[in-house]
Amino acid sequence: MADTMQFDLVSPERRLASMEVTSVQIPGADGDMTAMEGHAPTITTLRPGVLTVDGPDGTQAYVVTGGFAEISSRGVSVLAERAVVKGDMTQDQLDEMVEEAKTTYAKAKEAFANEPGPVDDAAKLLSDMVAMGDEIGLSAKQPNL
Amino acid sequence: MANLKDLKNRISSVKSTRKITKAMQMVAAAKLRRAQEAAEASRPYAERFNAVMAGLAASVGGSDSAPKLLSGTGSDQVQLLVVMTSERGLCGGFNTNIVKLAKAKAQDVLAAGKELKILTVGKKGRDQLKREFGAYMIGHVDMSEVKRLGYADAQNIAKDVLTRFDGGEFDVATLFYAKFVNVVSQVPTAQQIIPAKFDDAGEDAGASTLFDYEPSEEAILADLLPRGVATAIFSGLLENAASEQGARMSAMDNATRNAGDMIDSLTIQYNRSRQAVITNELIEIISGAEAL
Repeated sequence: MADTMQFDLVSPERRLASMEVTSVQIPGADGDMTAMEGHAPTITTLRPGVLTVDGPDGTQAYVVTGGFAEISSRGVSVLAERAVVKGDMTQDQLDEMVEEAKTTYAKAKEAFANEPGPVDDAAKLLSDMVAMGDEIGLSAKQPNL
Repeated sequence: MANLKDLKNRISSVKSTRKITKAMQMVAAAKLRRAQEAAEASRPYAERFNAVMAGLAASVGGSDSAPKLLSGTGSDQVQLLVVMTSERGLCGGFNTNIVKLAKAKAQDVLAAGKELKILTVGKKGRDQLKREFGAYMIGHVDMSEVKRLGYADAQNIAKDVLTRFDGGEFDVATLFYAKFVNVVSQVPTAQQIIPAKFDDAGEDAGASTLFDYEPSEEAILADLLPRGVATAIFSGLLENAASEQGARMSAMDNATRNAGDMIDSLTIQYNRSRQAVITNELIEIISGAEAL
């Protein structure tokens, strides 16, 4: 059995998980990464996506949005603004999140008409949300980009 | 001499008051437990967040490209006070203490010739500040509809504050709330949230380890700082919720005890006057009999 490391998943409201795991798949802003024991210390921001944890007790998946992950010598801690166990995610919750991302996108388009940066960011957030919806098997009522 | 009937009425009225305060105390005790649990549950997030932010802020803070939320606008001319209080009264000095601290700060700001803006969260603080500083109030967040405090509530307040900051409405924001120490002691606290200040996280902070940052440090910082405001407000709200229930619990405990004392002394008074009436009647009967 591979070495294990400490994994913590916390949201502002509560601690969702704290356990020994072998590997964690993190949906980083620049792409997915898998952290295992001995990974170089890294801090990355999260994009909306699915966080998969492999541990001695099997695999757990969580839907996370917003926040960051800290990989250090002590283990991995993920601080997500919103985190839900994958199976508990409902269509309503997804709709709400997509709706939120849509408004952000619309606002960004309006406020930064001449600067592509924030608009692209908001568009990416929105498409990430949709991709996440597909991944967990919920439809995101495809928005018009 | 107080009428016997009046005394009796008085005693029964104090007794029913005592029942109410007792019930309120027990409700507050139950709610306090829940509020404390919520506050404790949020602590790991806030701690880790601040530790990482402190590390980031230390490494990026010095540079010119540091985000405004961290380095400030370069001025402290316009001060925003975010005063968080409760929606309900009957909780001892809880609201008054927070408001007192905020008022002192407000007077300092005005005395220094700076511009003052006040944003209130919770009805009680607004009511107390309205008379003196009504002209400086720029907004109010109503929390009376909130049954269970969630992160979303803090996010909404943070969004409001950040929009105002981006709009150049103020330079420095300070958060006022009561820190929960224990049931009998809640410390009113002022915390500067914009520009962000982080306590030096001490020994095992990020400073000792060299982290890879993905994307860049600046990008992470720019992404996390607004969340930091929400986190600070959220922990302030939770501390406040626990403090409010703690303050209410001890206030109601005092009230219950006072009512008990009052009932005791009223009962003694009642018994004395009843005895006096009886003695009086006896004297009348005896002297009537003697006169025959």
